[in-house]
Amino acid sequence: MLVVLVRRLANIVPTLAAVIAVIFLLFSVLPGSFVSAMNEDGRTTIDPAVMERMRKEMGLDDPLPTRFAKYVAHTAMGDLGTSFRTREPVTKLIGNRLWPSLKLVFTAMAFAIVVGVPLGFIAALKPGSVVDTISMVGAISGLSLSQFWLGLMLMYLFALKLQWLPSFGYGDGGLRYLALPAIALGVGPMALLARTTRAAVLEVLNADFVRTARSKGMSERRVVEWHVLRNALVLVVTTIGLQFGSLMGAAVVVEKLFSWPGIGSLLVDSVFQRDIPTVQGCILLIVTFFLVINTLVDMAYVAIDPRIRYR
Amino acid sequence: MRGGLSLWVGGTLVAVALFVAIAAPLIALTDPVMGANLMNAEIPPGLEFPFGTDAQGRDIYSRIVYGARISLTVGIVSQVCNSLIGVTLGLTAGYWGGLWDDLVSGITNLMLAIPSLIFALAIMAILGPGLVSLLIALGLTSWSYSCRIARAQVLSLKSQGYIQAARILGYGDLRIMFTQVLPNILGPLIVIATLGMGGAILAEAALSFLGLGIRPPFPSWGSMLSEAREQITTAPWLSVFPGLAIFVTVLGLNLLGDGLRDILDPQSTTRRGA
Amino acid sequence: MSDPLLRVDGLRIALAGGKTTYNAVEEVSFEIGRGEAFGLVGESGCGKSITALAIMGLLRRPLSLAAGRIVLDGEEIQKASAAEMRRLRGKRIAMIFQEPMTALNPLSPIGKQIAEMFVLHEGMGWSEAMDRAEEALRQVRVPSPERRIRDYPHQLSGGMRQRVMIAIALACSPELLVADEPTTALDVTVQAEIIDLMAELCAAKGTAILMISHDLGLVANMCRRVAVMYAGRIVEAQPADAIFATPRHPYTCGLINSLPRLGERARRGRQKLQEIAGTVPAIAGYPAGCRFNPRCSEATDVCLTVSPEATPLPADGLVRCHHHG
Repeated sequence: MLVVLVRRLANIVPTLAAVIAVIFLLFSVLPGSFVSAMNEDGRTTIDPAVMERMRKEMGLDDPLPTRFAKYVAHTAMGDLGTSFRTREPVTKLIGNRLWPSLKLVFTAMAFAIVVGVPLGFIAALKPGSVVDTISMVGAISGLSLSQFWLGLMLMYLFALKLQWLPSFGYGDGGLRYLALPAIALGVGPMALLARTTRAAVLEVLNADFVRTARSKGMSERRVVEWHVLRNALVLVVTTIGLQFGSLMGAAVVVEKLFSWPGIGSLLVDSVFQRDIPTVQGCILLIVTFFLVINTLVDMAYVAIDPRIRYR
Repeated sequence: MRGGLSLWVGGTLVAVALFVAIAAPLIALTDPVMGANLMNAEIPPGLEFPFGTDAQGRDIYSRIVYGARISLTVGIVSQVCNSLIGVTLGLTAGYWGGLWDDLVSGITNLMLAIPSLIFALAIMAILGPGLVSLLIALGLTSWSYSCRIARAQVLSLKSQGYIQAARILGYGDLRIMFTQVLPNILGPLIVIATLGMGGAILAEAALSFLGLGIRPPFPSWGSMLSEAREQITTAPWLSVFPGLAIFVTVLGLNLLGDGLRDILDPQSTTRRGA
Repeated sequence: MSDPLLRVDGLRIALAGGKTTYNAVEEVSFEIGRGEAFGLVGESGCGKSITALAIMGLLRRPLSLAAGRIVLDGEEIQKASAAEMRRLRGKRIAMIFQEPMTALNPLSPIGKQIAEMFVLHEGMGWSEAMDRAEEALRQVRVPSPERRIRDYPHQLSGGMRQRVMIAIALACSPELLVADEPTTALDVTVQAEIIDLMAELCAAKGTAILMISHDLGLVANMCRRVAVMYAGRIVEAQPADAIFATPRHPYTCGLINSLPRLGERARRGRQKLQEIAGTVPAIAGYPAGCRFNPRCSEATDVCLTVSPEATPLPADGLVRCHHHG
């Protein structure tokens, strides 16, 4: 099992390399480098000679292939460069922010799974009922919400008006601070999971082998427990994996809204400050995380569905 | 959701949104950008200003109405762009196979590895804020799904022999693609495009909210929300209406897409992304 | 027949199609004796499969049992509650289906799927049930059953899977086995094995068989009595040898004539395969009068307007034809 895991993780590397290349190339095209950005904002006027020196220092004058090669080599050794802004290693900047982001993302996903999957299940077992209709209306509404707007509304209601929860920040990292951002972030995936689960369960309920199970004289409840559950789970697991991607995208905005000290807000700040190494580092990390999650999901898939095991 | 009801409710909402966007100059009360009057700053919703005014005294209602133009433009244009790219790549990749297919599949996998909002963010970072950059960023980052579907469809038709039969009849490649393959994809494609528009509108709102999309003073719903944030305690209505507008429009598109799916794509080729 | 195991009387199955309701199956009546093999033959779409589902109580929307009686061992079951039907299924009536690949849960080992029967109906614990499952596999002649019980359906061939289905169905020695086209999806070489296996096991357990097929030859070989269905009605029913020797209904004659027999026709100087002209009518478009009239070479005016009654034949037979009844 461990060997398979390692092998599959190794498969990520080519994709990752390609992503690094794309991101790097994208940002090398950036017309304004960090230094001229400072000039643009008008905040600091730097002596052109000083600018020249800074450019040389940051290696911005080397030809593109050299810069790329250097970047790849450094990255492979775990060095993501130095932040333009704070002169600290990017790895350190990201390292500080990793845990809050992970907490947020996983809590949001847990919320989405715990609420969304059972909801979809119940809706499918009673199609056309009141529960079903309300759940699905709720689900499609959840998908149509702007997650940061939801966050804003939640913030207004629970933090400012009712004063039950803090309105921003990480605080001690406890549940009180985590609650609002996690819910705002988790509603979208929850809605999607509810819908996907419902569709999967309905599809399985109509399958031939479920008819066989019924012909055995099984109660409907046993049919669901023994035959429907696992088969529906397959599709649900795939969706969860894919959802992590959009979750991380949305997390960027939610983190900024709630001033959550995670990678998302770091990314946004760095973009504004034209701190290219940090931007690249953040994106790289996010993509790696996503790919790892998908690999794990793939493996979970194999554990559930024996048809794939023997390939 | 029952197909019929979704279709009608969604269609109505979308039609309303379209109407508002097109008829904006006629139904707005003031100029959204220039109609600032500090004397009217931060008035709650009432008779004179149905949705209230913001910190600069601009009428929120008018700004929302004009904002519909931005949101719908972004939604439609970016989605058309994505569909064109996705279908072209997917169709040709499935049809010709070989190296081209490998290349397209590789790029698609790459695209799918990067969350689309983050990719769009990166592109916006390079291009700078503004409507055009937004259209480029959103139009170039969400085509992977339609590409996959188009490609799968071509492969399925291939395995059923349709394409081979057409070739034997002497049809040229382009003709086959247009007359045989395209009609089969159209249904799922329309569904994906409709749902994608909703996604594009949400993405635009997010990017504008962050300050990377449409910048103030232009009345994008997202940028209105970023301005509203400061005044959340003093003028909460500023946060409600733009978000509500986004919600109603995207809901309409989602319902419409669902309803269309029941008609155009009953075998649920597109259900994976719901 | 006195004291039949199963009696179906005037069965009518309705199909709800939007605004109109169609009768997919009408006036279907037959009896199956204890331990008897009974065949129900017809082309696809004639309603034989849904008749089987009706007997099992497995009809789902838009199909429903509109009229008629189903009597199992003296008790009427057509109006039985869901719970009562559940008690019957698997224990007294069992069913095997056409597509063994999709009829088994792909994510569950086959041994477990057999063992379920023992856990459900005989209150056994799982480990004892698994032992019994292994025994059941041995009975259906699956080699190395001690290993196979842990296999998954996709690891078995079509014939093997159907044996598993038979093992499941016969696990609790039901009184009636309903077999819906059990061999249609299998290779010809395997078909005969499966049929023999079914016949042997059912004879040993005293289980009656309702054998449903489109293959008249297969059914006539296996069953003591045969009924032929067309467009939702039984058009002829006779003992198996009689139906081949003296078929009455033109449709039955057509079916028998279309069976390719090696050398026979060439001997008679015919080169082409016989067929029955035309196609089976759709449920929504059943012809007036005798439903077979568009394809019948002997159709007359009365056949176009009046639906023929069932004329009894010797040995509990019947035929539904104006000219041959």
